[in-house]
Amino acid sequence: MAKTKELLFDPVVNDNPIALQVLGICSALAVTSSMSVAFVMSLAVIAVTAFSNLFVSVIRAQIPSSIRIIVQMTIIASLVIVVDQILKAFAYEISKQLSVFVGLIITNCIVMGRAEAFAMKNGPLDSFIDGIGNGMGYSAILMIVGFVRELFGSGTLFGIEVLTKVTEGGWYYTNGMMLLPPSAFFIIGFLIWGIRAWKTAQVEADEFKIAPNSKAKEA
Amino acid sequence: MSSNNESILKTITVALSLCLVCSVIVSASAVILRPEQAVNEKANMQMNILQAAGLFDPQQSVKAQFQAVTTRLVNLDTGEFVDEIDADRYNQRKASKNPSMNRVLSMEEDIASIKRQAKIAKVYLVENGEHIDKIILPIHGYGLWSTLYGFMALEGDGNTVAGLGFYEHAETPGLGGEVDNPNWKKQWTGKQVYKDDKVALRLVKGGADRADAYGVDALAGATLTSRGVDNLVKFWLSDSGFKPFLDKIKQGRI
Repeated sequence: MAKTKELLFDPVVNDNPIALQVLGICSALAVTSSMSVAFVMSLAVIAVTAFSNLFVSVIRAQIPSSIRIIVQMTIIASLVIVVDQILKAFAYEISKQLSVFVGLIITNCIVMGRAEAFAMKNGPLDSFIDGIGNGMGYSAILMIVGFVRELFGSGTLFGIEVLTKVTEGGWYYTNGMMLLPPSAFFIIGFLIWGIRAWKTAQVEADEFKIAPNSKAKEA
Repeated sequence: MSSNNESILKTITVALSLCLVCSVIVSASAVILRPEQAVNEKANMQMNILQAAGLFDPQQSVKAQFQAVTTRLVNLDTGEFVDEIDADRYNQRKASKNPSMNRVLSMEEDIASIKRQAKIAKVYLVENGEHIDKIILPIHGYGLWSTLYGFMALEGDGNTVAGLGFYEHAETPGLGGEVDNPNWKKQWTGKQVYKDDKVALRLVKGGADRADAYGVDALAGATLTSRGVDNLVKFWLSDSGFKPFLDKIKQGRI
């Protein structure tokens, strides 16, 4: 039981795929300008990571290691197509906004990374839970970034007006930069800083030491 | 477990069976969900039509609002309605690629760079009792990177623009992509199309005069997209496009 909990919640803060491993940044920049889009993207990634982990784990004893990456990719790609089809059928508006980014889940390093690093070595149930956990870790960051960007960029949350914009007779001047992808870089950067200040174990050791400046008389 | 997994036979078996299972799953999901998707796509297209005409109200369902619109087919050459073909089933884009249903345009005529044009086009009419309230015409043509597909809505007089909107294009976001900008689209409303029986509606580089009933601002930083829009509007409202049909409406012969 303790292990299940660890598998599920560790990736959210302690071992977050975006904040610690710095994976999946590309889609985190692209889909976070509104929360409802980020939310659907999160669900899609959770589903794909969980089920790809499950299926890879189920057949892991049968996979020849020479073609294991292709086998994983095939499973992931099939799942992504299924998710895309479901979105087109039941959430058409949002699937239009997500456009290519659903398809790009295939190339999301988190999905592939978990299949290769975890599902190839662990049982189906554990792998499935690990997939959900890592999907949630990704989602947590997406939702935080989405919250900041939508609130300050358009004054809304999930499309509901929170800060009344000047253009609609209110007081809030929207921050246009928040709607552009680079703002997500800053927000994710601050998040990583915050998490590492809180959990100092995550701070990476310096790869090299910066030499002190040479003194004038030595030069 | 590894040694016999690595044989060539095993590798091929795993690869083949995996491909088989995955392809069944993928095609099953595509086939099962197709009807739902088709409904969504149709509703989306109807919403585009309503939006172009400025009739769309997000509070109400698209389906209910679209009931006010009649879909008809028009022979572009004669301007007469075509009733032999079911308008709901007719696909104008497919027809434009079918040699028996299209017309190859000559270089001089083809200002919108579409090369082939379907002989029969769809039109959407909003009728109010006896007379026609709005005429919505599907238009398309080449911009800078892509073919722009959209709708142009005219008032019942066949001369006043009620709205314009593109629903499919791949122009540069922020420059040519500004064809989607509501403020720019708003300018089209109320403009006049014909002057002395010729298409006078045009895009004006550097901004149109407010009082100019035939001019719309060209898009800043998007000369080629603006030229494309200008050309496609001219093309579809000319004799090669819907003019014969609009003339019939104006004369009250339809």
